[in-house]
Amino acid sequence: MKSVMVYCEVENQKVADISLELLSAGKRLAEKLGCPLEAMIFGADLSGIELQIAPYGVDKLFVGNSLRLEPYRTLPHAALASNILKEEDPQIVLFGATSIGRDLAPRLASKLNCGLTADCTILDIGDHFVKQEKKEYKDLLYAIRPAFGGSIMANIINWDMHPQMATVREGVMKKEIFDEHYSTEVVEVDIHSILKDEDFVVKIIERHIKKSGVNLKDAPIIVSGGYGVGSKENFQHLIELAKLLGGEVGGSRAAVDAGFIDHDRQIGQTGTTVRPKLYIAAGISGAIQHTAGMQDASMIISINNDPDAPINKLADYVIHGDVGVVVPKMIKYYKENAK
Amino acid sequence: MRPLKIIVLAKQVPDTRHVGQDAMKPDGTVNRGKLATVFNPDDLHALELALNIKDRVPGTEITILTMGPQKAADIIREGYYRGVDYGVMISDRRFGGADTLATSYTLVKGIQKLAPYDLILGGRQAIDGDTAQVGPQCADKLNIPQVTYVEEIIEINEDKIIARRRLEKGIEIVSSPFPCLMTVHGSSPKCRSRHAKKVMQYKYARTKTELRSADELILSLHEKRPYLTIPEWSVEDISAEMEKIGLSGSPTKVKSVESIVLTANEAKMLSDSDVDIEMMIKELIEHHTIG
Repeated sequence: MKSVMVYCEVENQKVADISLELLSAGKRLAEKLGCPLEAMIFGADLSGIELQIAPYGVDKLFVGNSLRLEPYRTLPHAALASNILKEEDPQIVLFGATSIGRDLAPRLASKLNCGLTADCTILDIGDHFVKQEKKEYKDLLYAIRPAFGGSIMANIINWDMHPQMATVREGVMKKEIFDEHYSTEVVEVDIHSILKDEDFVVKIIERHIKKSGVNLKDAPIIVSGGYGVGSKENFQHLIELAKLLGGEVGGSRAAVDAGFIDHDRQIGQTGTTVRPKLYIAAGISGAIQHTAGMQDASMIISINNDPDAPINKLADYVIHGDVGVVVPKMIKYYKENAK
Repeated sequence: MRPLKIIVLAKQVPDTRHVGQDAMKPDGTVNRGKLATVFNPDDLHALELALNIKDRVPGTEITILTMGPQKAADIIREGYYRGVDYGVMISDRRFGGADTLATSYTLVKGIQKLAPYDLILGGRQAIDGDTAQVGPQCADKLNIPQVTYVEEIIEINEDKIIARRRLEKGIEIVSSPFPCLMTVHGSSPKCRSRHAKKVMQYKYARTKTELRSADELILSLHEKRPYLTIPEWSVEDISAEMEKIGLSGSPTKVKSVESIVLTANEAKMLSDSDVDIEMMIKELIEHHTIG
């Protein structure tokens, strides 16, 4: 049967944001195809987990519920997922481009002998004419991703090997409630008949996961610095401005590489994708790698010494000047004018 | 502790960190000829991890395995310079155009020819695609466990290996039985440099194909020291099925590519003067963007 399937990540009874984002993306694809949206989730103490998932428009949810399934390990999750995928035979399967999704999806693609496109930024449905076969394939997944340092966007398709799989980075797709009262059919997966002892040979001895205090994705205002900020000390001005405006501080890869700011605040293709109300780019030239992660901000202010910095083309306000001069003035005039 | 047999998977990649506009072909594939090639950075980390294990477990043997065009023999030589014991190259035009699925099939056919093995190491991902898929796909086809994003080997004993994994938001320490496949994260130690002695010893290492255009001196050296001849495996050598390799074994195809052009919009151009900045701040407050 034609369907779109999403692999959902869960920890401590909370479905990961990336998975909810994928459900929204998956729902849009399913609506274009006129087919159901399905999801699978494996973890511990999952009774009632469908309440978090149903509002995203999921028609059928496969739940694998066992203490042995959390935290994630490759082999048991791969065994359950491949079992379900073989049964359900969906047309499209989506995974987060996370530590988990990037570990699991390729193993499954190998098992099912199908194509997998990593780190897609756009998912769409479309047709493709195969010249050699003189045949038009309808309703294929367009898995569109940046390639070669972000200088091009490649549309990857797969018409002859089923299903079509893709991973998507966190923050790229927008999560939106489809229907608060959507009803989801819950299917308990019979894990004991599927899992074998060999699936548990890899053992987790220790685990330290930081509850990230940084939430760039939900910040309405982001003050972001690049290499042009010049020093860790100058970054303090950005931190002060961000605090004052009730926002968060971010940085480009160059700023992270230079040690001005922590890696978990990196914005861009290899960092977090953000779409705040206001994005202040201080001393950021605007490499595609960075702009890919912030171009959907509602308003962009660029502060740069270089009037030809590529980021100025995206900006609503371009301030030609030094970050060290401009940002303190912004702080000063904000304090004077804010109520 | 018994010695281990390690296979390191390594790839020669175009240096995508420095791609020029002229390096793309109209069909969306890379014109590799126009790009400098490098040892994939994460694979160098994998090589170091292998060498580190060899330091800890005497007698351990490392084989470096690469798939690519003739030029990729550089990867094998580089491996020798840094301390691997054997190198094997899978090279055949018919392997060209492979995506990760066809690549993993081909590598696995090579690995099976090298068996038995205890440990397979590779970089987490290659910089020409950043997909991180080939490692897990190989592990699946070999039907062995995978441990991804490894940054350190904590302990090795007779029947298991304990490693620290680097995850997005933390770390995990896991144990796996042998044989297993590990992908190595860029946060692991950098690869040691070449040994001058090994460079002297292996600088004339050549594949059979390379030997066809080699001079007398190199040919006579290869006669005296057969270890200098790098094994070069074709489709037939690894008994690969044609429909599973190259383009025909690759489900993913590039439909189209688009260059990214930033579109200009109408920006307000300001100076760093107090007047300009106060004006902007007032506008932002007025429109409830801030404040």
